[in-house]
Amino acid sequence: MNRFTRMFQQTRGRGAFMPFFMLGDPTPARSLNLIRTALEEGADALELGIPFSDPIADGPVIQASALRAHRAGTNVARCFDLLAEVRRNSDVPVGLLVYCNLIQKRGVDQFCADAAQAGADALLAADVPFDRAGDLPHAAEAAGLGSVYLCSPNTPDDRARRILETSTAFTYAVGVMGTTGARDALGDETTAFVTRLRALSDRPFVVGFGISTPAHAVEVLRLGADGVIVGSALIRMIEAAGDDADAATASVRQFVRNTATLIRQHA
Amino acid sequence: MSSLMTRAEFGGQFVPEPLVAPLRQIGEAFDRYCADPDFVAELDDLLRRYAGRPTPLYLSRSLTRRTGRRIYLKREDLLHLGAHKTNNTLGQGLLAKTMGKTRLIAETGAGQHGVATAMAGALFGIPTEVFMGAVDVERQAMNVFRMKLMGARVHEVRGGSATLKDAINDALRDWIANASDTYYVFGTAAGPEPFARIVTHFQAVISEEIRRQTQEAEGRLPDAVVACVGGGSNAIGAFHVFLNEPSVRLLGAEAGGDGQRHGASLSRGAPGVFHGMYSYFLQDVDGQIAEAHSIAAGLDYPGVGPVHARLHESGRARYTPVRDDEALSAFHLLAREEGILPALESAHAVALALKVADEFPREAVIVINLSGRGDKDLHTVLAASG
Repeated sequence: MNRFTRMFQQTRGRGAFMPFFMLGDPTPARSLNLIRTALEEGADALELGIPFSDPIADGPVIQASALRAHRAGTNVARCFDLLAEVRRNSDVPVGLLVYCNLIQKRGVDQFCADAAQAGADALLAADVPFDRAGDLPHAAEAAGLGSVYLCSPNTPDDRARRILETSTAFTYAVGVMGTTGARDALGDETTAFVTRLRALSDRPFVVGFGISTPAHAVEVLRLGADGVIVGSALIRMIEAAGDDADAATASVRQFVRNTATLIRQHA
Repeated sequence: MSSLMTRAEFGGQFVPEPLVAPLRQIGEAFDRYCADPDFVAELDDLLRRYAGRPTPLYLSRSLTRRTGRRIYLKREDLLHLGAHKTNNTLGQGLLAKTMGKTRLIAETGAGQHGVATAMAGALFGIPTEVFMGAVDVERQAMNVFRMKLMGARVHEVRGGSATLKDAINDALRDWIANASDTYYVFGTAAGPEPFARIVTHFQAVISEEIRRQTQEAEGRLPDAVVACVGGGSNAIGAFHVFLNEPSVRLLGAEAGGDGQRHGASLSRGAPGVFHGMYSYFLQDVDGQIAEAHSIAAGLDYPGVGPVHARLHESGRARYTPVRDDEALSAFHLLAREEGILPALESAHAVALALKVADEFPREAVIVINLSGRGDKDLHTVLAASG
């Protein structure tokens, strides 16, 4: 059974917390340390990005994160090495978020095989709609990876239903019409969208984009989402800490602990 | 080997899910209106009375004398605003207005498409915002001023290489957030479906006129059509009606840069997926998109429209890199011997025509698409003349 399937069963009732980290940001070693910190503090699963030069679905915070990782020498092979390091000490489900050309360039079969070998459980290509994925889902399945597709507030019901059916690990619900990035408040758009998706299907979906506080996370889960992804808010902490590795770790530790605790309290 | 593409077909629509619905909406509106007689008549009227179509086809005395071949210049430099970009923004601006969109956004490299979109915004009364790389803002300051004069707001893009590719990234991001009321006026025959199809349609008027004008002047079709290729909109506009005329050779001049750094996606890049399309891109071993370089800002893009990828692989068109210095020489030649200052982009096509002329029999008819005028490039030429 895919680790995600098992995890969603185990977290049913409260919902899962999945922090997002860019592999290699700000350096490969510090990135590994931050990911391990999140796991210590109760992350149920991880969404990990492989840096891409031109991430069009992402806002400025995650774009800058990819650039830092690049500058620190993080290439695709290094990302798989880091993932394997994470996997050595942890059994949590890991989803990879990438852009299509990285898969295309390595070869779809090879990319999926390498990702699975390193310990990934699911794969999302942010710029591949579910009905344009070609052989990707077959290659992913053959390698033992679950497929993840995006669904957004402007996706009509019939299409959303098909996305929920096609995503074998989970569907990634884009909470707001926009790129990734922290927002001050959870908007009506997100609330309406999560409610609509839950009414459409029992299949697992997690909400990301614009979730930036523990309270947002709990709110989204109470609306019926199976999980919640927080990215930009965490990456902003890494950015703000600059060269102070301890400060970044402390901020991430606090945020993950607060969120994981709050989610369990509201269960 | 498995492929991401359902078929090994260039093009496609590789975008984040939030853009799927807006792209479908534009595609459907385009299919409806480009067949609507009222829409066609209004656009045709604007192209003639407002923009100055048809543009002349001029037999270049100098190039003809130098090569012994009959070399014509398709004078898109004489179109309103001084470049072929006007064809596209009039068409898409009218489409946006007909669709009831209340905001236009666009990316721009050299600034020509930004100016042309600002023009459309002013003409159709739609507020316009243009994304432009900081490097391009610097080297095309007068075009920034032109856009502002026409009422557009210009966003300086500082991410990545701060050129055209990054301007497209940010325009796409804006569109993801604002697609319900915003029309994204894509500038070249590239990007996700249906942009390449729409831009090709509105630029095809260039080749329609070339065919008619060559028939009138020579009583036959040209032997070759030569155009510069960045994203590829002026080139596909000049090639379009000749695609099924095998006697007409189609030649594209890519940005050869300084020999080391370049923008020659077809000659020196590899297939990949970026900016919504499966096409050719400059990229590293992992598939990270590389930075392009050209003396001509409009060719400074690490990719190319998917139709050119198809024509390249089928061999129907041939693409050749032309270096910065060769383009500069062609610029000076046309200035001195014709009294025409071509855009540095178009000067690449002139240089290529001069290079390949002797592959053709004497008296062969070669048409160069002179896609724009060079006023915008004077400071670059001045700096290069040192």
